[in-house]
Amino acid sequence: MPAIEVEALTKRYADKHGADVLAVDAIGFSVAAGQTLGLLGGNGAGKTTTIAMLLGLLIPSAGSIRILGHDMATDRFAALARMNFSSPYIALPSRLSVAENLRVYGHLYGVRGLERRIGALAETLDLGAFLHRPAGQLSAGQKTRVTLAKALINRPDVLLLDEPTASLDPDTGDTVRSALEAYRAETGCTVLLASHNMAEVERLCDDVLMLKQGRVVDRGSPAALLGKYGREDLEQVFLDIARNRGVAA
Amino acid sequence: MSGTDPFASGRRIWGLMYRHLALYRRSWPRVLELIYWPVLQMLIWGFTTSFIARQGQAGSALVVAGALLGGVLLWEVALRSQMGVAISFLEELWSRNLGHLFVSPIRPWEMVAALLAISVLRMLTGVLPAILLAFVLYAFNLFGLGPVVVLFFANLMVMGWWVALGVVSLILRHGAGAEAMAWSVLFGLTPFSAVFYPVSVLPAAMRPVAFVLPSSHVFEGMRAALAGRVLWGELGWAAGFNLFWLLVLALVFAAQFRQARMRGALLNIGE
Repeated sequence: MPAIEVEALTKRYADKHGADVLAVDAIGFSVAAGQTLGLLGGNGAGKTTTIAMLLGLLIPSAGSIRILGHDMATDRFAALARMNFSSPYIALPSRLSVAENLRVYGHLYGVRGLERRIGALAETLDLGAFLHRPAGQLSAGQKTRVTLAKALINRPDVLLLDEPTASLDPDTGDTVRSALEAYRAETGCTVLLASHNMAEVERLCDDVLMLKQGRVVDRGSPAALLGKYGREDLEQVFLDIARNRGVAA
Repeated sequence: MSGTDPFASGRRIWGLMYRHLALYRRSWPRVLELIYWPVLQMLIWGFTTSFIARQGQAGSALVVAGALLGGVLLWEVALRSQMGVAISFLEELWSRNLGHLFVSPIRPWEMVAALLAISVLRMLTGVLPAILLAFVLYAFNLFGLGPVVVLFFANLMVMGWWVALGVVSLILRHGAGAEAMAWSVLFGLTPFSAVFYPVSVLPAAMRPVAFVLPSSHVFEGMRAALAGRVLWGELGWAAGFNLFWLLVLALVFAAQFRQARMRGALLNIGE
């Protein structure tokens, strides 16, 4: 059974002027347990909207989502307890210390042995030096590591990551990617990763889903996509798709 | 992880309560703000009632003074309960934390339960010092009204809660642009609540509005209690209307929460 199954997923919005906007157009895909799927696409391609629907933050206009066997329309809380999410665009309460924030989310996810879990995450993600500092006083790199610690607090079976290394320097970005690789190797977690960092996608993803204007335009492993488009890196593939240059003859 | 745990809801409710308690532990201005307004109101109205008591005939002036002080203290119960829920919800909005909160397994009703529990703590932190001050400075003992004062407290607290559910629904619908309602909406109901005067003083056209508000029945009951009588009928109306409005506003909240999920507002709610 796939960890994530999406069928004919559609999201229509009314924009500020009341006009109909089709953000996600009947997409379908599945992710096998333990696999990492990259969501690639330009701004407005529908990546964040898709992730929001997978998380239950946004109700689809049509289609279905099953995560870990649970229908997200009728049984989302059972799935949410075994999932987690990280995004640099959603903050944690800035006046609470890192440890307090992790404690809050540990309670929300019903984590047993919470203090031990926080200690382990602090060690893995090197949070020890600022564990008791308010989250609002941290650097961008430190905040990203804290958000990742929050995302791993419940040892999720499914992890959704929206640009997890956006605006990080190469060293911190590498630390975050290494932590994700280690967690996946340790637990067999399924990961859905939306990113604009092509090197990151090539490094972490088993498979890549290319989105454009709310539709799936291609899917394959990074190596298969490079071969199909006759390119040397995913950035060139991305540009081929974004600029309608098509596949190599 | 949580499906088979009979205490899972309690843990999640505690998790969100802990988030707010940790915030207050780290922010003394927030704690000061809780106490500041009820104490300030108590001082202003306490001196006013002292003045009235000196001017009037001893017996009737004392009853009026008691009605004013009792009104101030009990109305603060409703105000602080309402603000306790609405401002705690706004704290999530200000910290841009709603996205993380609602991808956790916390149910909307559990979030509301946590906000209600925090509002009780906020209300007691604000109102108890004012009650103590009224006793020390003006020899007014609110608890001298008898055990019925607990029912006055409970009814006004519940009224504060359903008004707050309305405010939170407005914020879900209109974003942070509606946040001023968190401070102002219950003040708008003060004239109809007959806090400092009997409902019979109101113009006939305003009385139906007063009738459907639990607060007007509580304050009629409070004035009777000051005269040594318990008006169970008024308390019955208060409880009945509280139940009715709580149900209505809970449905409004549920509908607005679903609408917010339709529009994606939980991710980007703001101005």
